Amino acid sequence: MNGGDTILDVVHLSMRFGGIVAVKDLSFSARRGGITALIGPNGAGKTTVFNCITGFYKPTTGMMRLGHAGGREFLLERLFDFRIAKLARVARTFQNIRLFSGMTVLENLLVAQHNPLMSASGYTLLGLVGFPGYLHAERAAIDLARYWLDRIGLIERADDAAGNLPYGDQRRLEIARAMCADPVLLCLDEPAAGLNAQESGALNDFLQFIRGEHKVSILLIEHDMSVVMEISDHVIVLDYGEKIADGSPRAIRDDPKVIAAYLGVADERTAEAIMEADQ
Amino acid sequence: MADTTVPPPSSISGPRLGRAVRSALITAVVGAGLFSLMIGVRTEAGPAGGLVFWTRWTELGWMVAASFVAGFVREIVIQRSGEGVLEALMPAAFKRFINVVARLLGPALLAFAVLMPIIFYDQRYILDLGILALTYVMLGWGLNIVVGLAGLLDLGYVAFYAVGAYSYALFSTTFGLSFWLCLPIAGILAAFWGVLLGFPVLRLKGDYLAIVTLAFGEIIRLVIVNWQSLTGGPNGITGIPRPSFFGVPFSAGPEGFAELFGIAFSPTHRIVFLFYVILALALLTNWVTIRLRRLPIGRAWEALREDEIACRSLGINTTTTKLTAFATGAMFGGFAGAFFATRQGFISPESFSFQESALVLAIVVLGGMGSQLGVALAAVTMIGGFELFRGLDQYRMLVFGMAMVAIMVWRPRGLIGSRTPSIYLKTPTQISASLVKEGHG
Repeated sequence: MNGGDTILDVVHLSMRFGGIVAVKDLSFSARRGGITALIGPNGAGKTTVFNCITGFYKPTTGMMRLGHAGGREFLLERLFDFRIAKLARVARTFQNIRLFSGMTVLENLLVAQHNPLMSASGYTLLGLVGFPGYLHAERAAIDLARYWLDRIGLIERADDAAGNLPYGDQRRLEIARAMCADPVLLCLDEPAAGLNAQESGALNDFLQFIRGEHKVSILLIEHDMSVVMEISDHVIVLDYGEKIADGSPRAIRDDPKVIAAYLGVADERTAEAIMEADQ
Repeated sequence: MADTTVPPPSSISGPRLGRAVRSALITAVVGAGLFSLMIGVRTEAGPAGGLVFWTRWTELGWMVAASFVAGFVREIVIQRSGEGVLEALMPAAFKRFINVVARLLGPALLAFAVLMPIIFYDQRYILDLGILALTYVMLGWGLNIVVGLAGLLDLGYVAFYAVGAYSYALFSTTFGLSFWLCLPIAGILAAFWGVLLGFPVLRLKGDYLAIVTLAFGEIIRLVIVNWQSLTGGPNGITGIPRPSFFGVPFSAGPEGFAELFGIAFSPTHRIVFLFYVILALALLTNWVTIRLRRLPIGRAWEALREDEIACRSLGINTTTTKLTAFATGAMFGGFAGAFFATRQGFISPESFSFQESALVLAIVVLGGMGSQLGVALAAVTMIGGFELFRGLDQYRMLVFGMAMVAIMVWRPRGLIGSRTPSIYLKTPTQISASLVKEGHG
């Protein structure tokens, strides 16, 4: 039993802030082991969807069902903030990086392993007296951190403050930190924002690696079309809080509604120009 | 990046001089407003019981002139060398000196503290002062967990100090329990009150949290004042048992400590014993804090101070994490309170006013939030300083005000603002104070 093909099922999700409808009756599903991209113009409601999925907002209506490979299912709209990360194992990154800037790179990755370490330390009491089981768990946690630091090429800077890293390194560290929380679904809010072409190429490889080696499904918001088109299996397009298209990257690229949403017009020639530019 | 080239120093003239004069004038006007009541008018109870007052315009004039000159000099210095120069003004040699000293200072201070009762055996005044300073070191370390590590601004810390003191006083006078039995009870009760207070208020942030904790401190004090039947109200509790050497009293009789060890009786024995008790309690606080920082809970506290939203996204239960910080800090406050009660032998609500909270918070902030050594230094300096400047009488507070302003200008994150990582792979590197956040909850 593998809990089905879809990892996340979002059904009739709506989010209203007073009179403003940020997300309106959105339904989509993300495939297990796939990379699903959520795109759309600024203010389309992408980050709101993310905040609903990761428990920072309580959706006005709708259901979000997350299935683990073992068959366990979680209704995310019923879990309260940190429990989504802890129990349903959904990890996320933020549009404006949120690292613990005054802590070292290594400490950032250890904080992400808080829950397993906490129970290993006997909720602090055993750890306080130096219980060997805790020391063992801590070594394992450091090894995991070391593994991810190796992957993102920051092992040499493990003892530096996270706030001292260059921007691109901070982005990668945030993804590594989310991975240290041992997620089944990784939600990335604009991971390629502010990266140059070479860095976003490396990011593509890194995300492919996470998906391939660690069997983690990825849901990402992205403006960088080179990332979206190259790595995602499935693209969902939002505009004014509504889904206007849903399909493979190729199908999305040719969808006149998508082109109209991005450019404001549905012009045959503009569409062709965009296709050429993308290729 | 911002342009970092320093403009060449130019002669001061025209608009720049005007700006400096204007800024100095503003400083002088503010100074005049503040000092006119503090220094310009002096009041005293007259012979008939009424209030008499007289004016001191000359002194006021001098103060205003001094603030004008200080404001002018400050503005000129900033103009000549750019913003941030006040921090740079601190000589580099002094900074290096601090760094070198910082490494040796901890062990040196500890050794000095252990030897103090031997060195100053016959100077009771100094030993009493040492006990007082160590009490504040312990309180500072306790509050450091809440404010320095978890970044929660607590203005009512004295409430837990009071809970500890009254727990010991009541349990020992009513049930005759010994100090060593009451100590854990006092700590547990204080931690319990910490959780009780923390539960409803920890959803608040920043200023709001500060206001509610401030109110809590006052509520506890007012309850103590008004619950006459239990706490004795403003009269306090007298006859609190003095500490005994694990059951052996420090008395001159045949059952006493001196007799038991075959030495001549001296009242100093008890003082020395008290000194070592508070030293041990303070070191326990320090040891636990250092251990906790290296455990997941301590890292979660610091992560909470850095970014609460990121903590939630990593599955950390922020509510219980904050509560544990609050309760741990409160527990050490309770221990210190129990010690305070047994040392004084008498407690009353007066000892637990807001001023105590403010003093302990000042110790933590001036020492450097999160730094154990910094807090200890600040506590010793503040308490020792209060005594040292006793001769200055009413100007004592003025000296302290100026010292605080100077520290906040030069070292805005306290004496020791840099952060030591809790774990490292190769080499531990100090994290510069500018990166470490103060927390906002």
